[in-house]
Amino acid sequence: MHIAEGFLPVGHAVGWTIAAAPFVVHGARAVVREVRENPEATLLLGAAGAFTFVLSAIKLPSVTGSSSHPTGTGPGAILFRPPVMALLGTVVLLFQALLLAHGGLTTLGANAFAFAVVGPWVGYGAYRLTRAVGAGLLPAVFAGVALADLATYVTTSVQLALAFPDAGSGLAGALVKFLGVFAVTQIPLAVGEGLLGVLLFRALTGNARPELERLGILTPAPTGSAA
Amino acid sequence: MTRRTLVNALLVLAVVALFAVPLLLDGGTSEYGGTDAAVTEELEAGGHTPWFDPLFSPAGEVESGLFALQAALGAGVLGYVLGLLRGRRQAAEPR
Repeated sequence: MHIAEGFLPVGHAVGWTIAAAPFVVHGARAVVREVRENPEATLLLGAAGAFTFVLSAIKLPSVTGSSSHPTGTGPGAILFRPPVMALLGTVVLLFQALLLAHGGLTTLGANAFAFAVVGPWVGYGAYRLTRAVGAGLLPAVFAGVALADLATYVTTSVQLALAFPDAGSGLAGALVKFLGVFAVTQIPLAVGEGLLGVLLFRALTGNARPELERLGILTPAPTGSAA
Repeated sequence: MTRRTLVNALLVLAVVALFAVPLLLDGGTSEYGGTDAAVTEELEAGGHTPWFDPLFSPAGEVESGLFALQAALGAGVLGYVLGLLRGRRQAAEPR
């Protein structure tokens, strides 16, 4: 999902930066508020940031014969709501843009919008929706984490199609082309990431019950509400 | 082995299988190039050139080292937090 440095036309680069900036600023305030009001939550905040740090560094092979990386933004969005991930995700992208020449400063806005804004919000929405229809925590975590991953790549495809519409088939043709590169490859990765999210939440429900109850992930009933 | 451990082990196995099985079935015919790079190449083939270059571009080996560093930092922090939480629960449990 990293659009390479310098490729987006100036108007698009500026536009996506302006679109992403308020989310990132709001996210920074959300992180500060979280740490100030719930100092105990800092541990889980670190875990959420660490999860996206690891997963976005790893390239995984896919059935299509190409490889891609997961995003790891889902668990943080589920635990702390999406604004927090707008900041943490952008920090990851900045690290990769500055040190790894992966993504870039001119494409940071667009990449942040896909990775740190749309992905976390879609993941959070999927999590809430799955829980609202009566599913347990872990199925909802799977849906949220997997869809945060997939939605990021769909957004990148839309951004690329908007910037580089196909000469013959226009916007729709370009979208199909970019989705063809990204989305299909990403499906097994999203499933794998969803399973890793489930593993993480199994560890958290076992060991961090008080935190999860305070964050509203688990209800403080003695038994029976965890699954 | 408790049921909890068993389920965790099966989940790990499922994740490994999800990526290992396509690799094995493929039999070394695919290059596994990155999707990001594929799009960049396609844009360049279409005559688009970048108007801004990365401020710092590490050489290939250095780049993979830095990627490993990123993963190591994340995994280190994640392991630290999970270990701490587990130790805290065990310390609180009446024995």
